[in-house]
Amino acid sequence: MTSEGQVPRSLSNVRHILLVLSGKGGVGKSSVTTQTAMALVNKGFNVGVLDIDLTGPSLPRMFGVELHQIHQSRAGWVPVTVYPRTETRGSLSLISLGFLLGSRSSSVVWRGPKKTAMIRQFLSDVVWTGTLDYLIIDTPPGTSDEHIAIAEELRWAQPLDGAIIVTTPQQVATADVRKEINFCKKVGFEIVGVVENMSGFICPHCAECTNIFLSGGGEALSKQLDLPYLGNIPIDPRFVEMVETQSDENKLIDLYEKCELKPIVEGMVTKVLEQNKPARI
Amino acid sequence: MLATLPLPSPVPFAVSSEILPTTVPDNAPEHCPGTESTLAGKTSACDGCPNQETCAEGPKGPDPDLPVIKARMESVKRKVLVLSGKGGVGKSTFTAGLAWALAADEELQTGIMDVDICGPSIPLLMGLENSTIHTSASGWSPAYAQDNLAVMSIGFMLPRKSDAVIWRGPKKNGLIKQFLKDVEWGDLDYLVVDTPPGTSDEHLSIVQYLKEAGIDGAVLITTPQEVALQDVRKEIDFCRKVGIPILGIVENMSGFVCPSCKGESEIFIPSTGGAQAMAQELGIELLGKVPLDPRIGMTCDKGLSFLDEYPESPATVAYLDIVDRIRTLLGDE
Repeated sequence: MTSEGQVPRSLSNVRHILLVLSGKGGVGKSSVTTQTAMALVNKGFNVGVLDIDLTGPSLPRMFGVELHQIHQSRAGWVPVTVYPRTETRGSLSLISLGFLLGSRSSSVVWRGPKKTAMIRQFLSDVVWTGTLDYLIIDTPPGTSDEHIAIAEELRWAQPLDGAIIVTTPQQVATADVRKEINFCKKVGFEIVGVVENMSGFICPHCAECTNIFLSGGGEALSKQLDLPYLGNIPIDPRFVEMVETQSDENKLIDLYEKCELKPIVEGMVTKVLEQNKPARI
Repeated sequence: MLATLPLPSPVPFAVSSEILPTTVPDNAPEHCPGTESTLAGKTSACDGCPNQETCAEGPKGPDPDLPVIKARMESVKRKVLVLSGKGGVGKSTFTAGLAWALAADEELQTGIMDVDICGPSIPLLMGLENSTIHTSASGWSPAYAQDNLAVMSIGFMLPRKSDAVIWRGPKKNGLIKQFLKDVEWGDLDYLVVDTPPGTSDEHLSIVQYLKEAGIDGAVLITTPQEVALQDVRKEIDFCRKVGIPILGIVENMSGFVCPSCKGESEIFIPSTGGAQAMAQELGIELLGKVPLDPRIGMTCDKGLSFLDEYPESPATVAYLDIVDRIRTLLGDE
């Protein structure tokens, strides 16, 4: 447990912290988190991913490490290493409540205070290996307990890089995202930029791009609120397929090399890096 | 798993198997009788507990609001929850579709209660974005999308659409209780409850508050890919733990028909067999599959009924079949 005014213990060796937020569920926070993490790893950074979606953690599956477990060392919890550091790539490690659950179908039915306690523990008792260049925090939808808890803990971890806001193009989603932006303002999270996900679908039969959820909502939103716009990611069924077919031999990060979304996400990550946010340490 | 994992710090924490809120706080001493017990604050286990005095003084017995909710809910024939573990799979769209379809029968009175406090989408979907609610001596009056379709959502209470509701659990629970207790629903044939994703405060509260009045069943919404199904399994686990009957599963966004070449493709690939396989595995009925139709999103943004606007769409056909099936399962047809 962290005490007032102290940097949460797990964050002492973290250079940059990014949050991935969205008011609405199912817009692709976890998929944006996954891809952003891989893009940073490909640039040689050591990346840690923290999944604080306690009631619906999907990152273990996204990275194909569902059956792994968190180990316990004397210093605290050791995250699951998804990809070790290589000559060209940085390392990627993950911590998620998903690892602590017995079976993939058991539910975590927790009320707020318990979730808050768990998030605190994630920020104080996890020992990230070495120095992390980036810690990406994936959040559940909404603006409630988890968000208040993470905001409270991060208050002592300034400066943060800030939040990446994910939306889909339709009005229903941007309406919720506005709420999330207001939340960020209230708790003092800077907004790194807005990403519009599921922006159009390329028909594999005729290559015609259809806007399932219309298009342009994210860009309009960022213009209106004067926020940086990071770009739009179309729906690519092949990415979902990659997530589902990855294995120890065919790692997602290798499959992703051929994904059409890769250059798009890399472009977004470059825009984030160009903001040259000061490192925490 | 967790039982074997020693915890690094003394935060009270265990994967919950006790679901409906017991009255024993997490950090209570061993053998705590529970804060609602008549023995609260008086047993030997209470000695030395910092809350002993408070417990000994407070009112005892079950929540006095529950009978009030029960009385209010007596005029509601059927209460149906729309649930899903994952966000953005179409709970609100389905809730709206179900309500529009039910309300198409002028004989029926239908209500929607939106308990998604942090991201209420129902006002927009029902074309009631600018509505507010009125208070009278007998309670809050819901907004009406049409004569026989009442709608209640926190969206009606926010001064501005973009205002964020940054509430912790207990405050959300309070509002949900008020929605059940203080809203003048009148005589309803169906009350459809739209929920936020997950299995947390809102879900526990609605179940707890409707314990006496009874929930007729839950409809689970999912999309075909495994990431979503995984969360739905958790939701099924939740329903079974708290004892809500599951009416069935709806697979939404199931396939996409390209408007220009009519070629069908899977946007969310059912790598593990989709909802069909999961339903079979878990012995739950698959109520139907709704294909993606880009026009659904458009009518939603305008607050119109998709079913009325595009009656020829395969999605409309699927919706109507599902609604019929739900009514049959509830024994109403």
